[in-house]
Amino acid sequence: MTHAMTLTVNGLTYTGVVDARLLLSDFLRHELGLTGTHVGCEHGVCGACTILLDGRSARSCLTLAIQADGATIETVEGLGRMSDLGRVQQAFRDHHGLQCGFCTPGFLMTITDMLRHHSLDSDAEIREALSGNICRCTGYQHIVDAVRELARERGPLK
Amino acid sequence: MKPARFDYVRAESIAHAVEVLANAGGDGKVLAGGQSLMPMMNFRLVKPSVLVDINHIPGLDRIELGPGAVRLGALVRHRMTAQDLQVARHIPVLHHAMKHVAHLTVRNRGTFCGSVCHADPAAEMPMMTLLLDGTIHVASPHGTRTMAARDFLTGALTTALAADEMVTAVDLVPPAAGTGWGFEEFSRRHGDYALAAIAVLMERADGRVRNPRIAMMGIADTALRLTAVEAALAGREGRAHVFDEAAELIVASITPNTDLNASADYRRHLAGALARRALSQAWDRAGALSGGDTP
Repeated sequence: MTHAMTLTVNGLTYTGVVDARLLLSDFLRHELGLTGTHVGCEHGVCGACTILLDGRSARSCLTLAIQADGATIETVEGLGRMSDLGRVQQAFRDHHGLQCGFCTPGFLMTITDMLRHHSLDSDAEIREALSGNICRCTGYQHIVDAVRELARERGPLK
Repeated sequence: MKPARFDYVRAESIAHAVEVLANAGGDGKVLAGGQSLMPMMNFRLVKPSVLVDINHIPGLDRIELGPGAVRLGALVRHRMTAQDLQVARHIPVLHHAMKHVAHLTVRNRGTFCGSVCHADPAAEMPMMTLLLDGTIHVASPHGTRTMAARDFLTGALTTALAADEMVTAVDLVPPAAGTGWGFEEFSRRHGDYALAAIAVLMERADGRVRNPRIAMMGIADTALRLTAVEAALAGREGRAHVFDEAAELIVASITPNTDLNASADYRRHLAGALARRALSQAWDRAGALSGGDTP
């Protein structure tokens, strides 16, 4: 069963037809060629596929593409470019917040949500905010360092 | 493609959703937050023929404080419950329990009612619904009905919901003024499913325990209200040895399962340790609320 859909991804509007069972993660990667969103566990545990759905972080592997009909999606490609990194990306680079890089897009999108919406005043809050993303290089300390700097720049959430 | 083939319907109303379910021949599923259903579909443990997406039905995303109950609509996300000021004020034990629910990204999507329907024996919502004398509101093409939480939760991942029914809301009864609460959960990592957890409510009257309510999870095929322990504790003095006795009674009365995370013996030990803590917490908080009525 296929459905027509329209959605906005990183500010661009796409219209097309999708299979009902196509996951949003596979739609972004295979249909739109946005392979920055990584697919790890495919059952919502690892966080690698995290994107923003209408401004809030969501697992794209637990979301059907058709559910995003009419929605606004942000992916890692929307954060910056190789020649002009976004602020969260630059903080990761400055603090060596990535090793193999597989988990990084999910972390970047989760952190983007947390910087907009969550208190990150203590390391405990930062670690809780990151707890849904797994880094199998176990480079958590440097990721926490990056978020600590981003949170300091942002200041306390009003 | 991970999930098996299905027909997808974006429901416009509750009536539309249950009509589609009724026409699905017993093989339809409701999609709300999808944080439990979608993993099961990705693994093909669940292969519905029709998926009814209720995310666009208006009016279901509300938390309403009514007379004698807080009503959580079918699209109330965990994040909304966790941040709701009425919940924090009137049901502080639920506000606290929400901190243990998965991770922030999952809380953005997952729903209270969906978790109750999923009926995982180690998830917080079924336990809290039992603790708070929850009422489940159900709609079908034939009308609406309500069920007590204890009648709704029938087993592991099993409820009394019929194939053409959907849950539209859950009502929770806020504890009376002066009620103390305790909550203890143990999981291997923060946000994981609990190995065991307990939630307790009680009031104080003349140095004695009044109206105790105890719910646990991770210790049986479903979350449980421990009514026999409640009856044994009611009217007793609020002293450490009394709570120790209640904890021993809990340990003796439960039959937890062994799995790869914990043996039945270890779960029994956890249940006792968590119970002692949560009972004392509830007693201490009740005292604080009633102005320091100490024995």
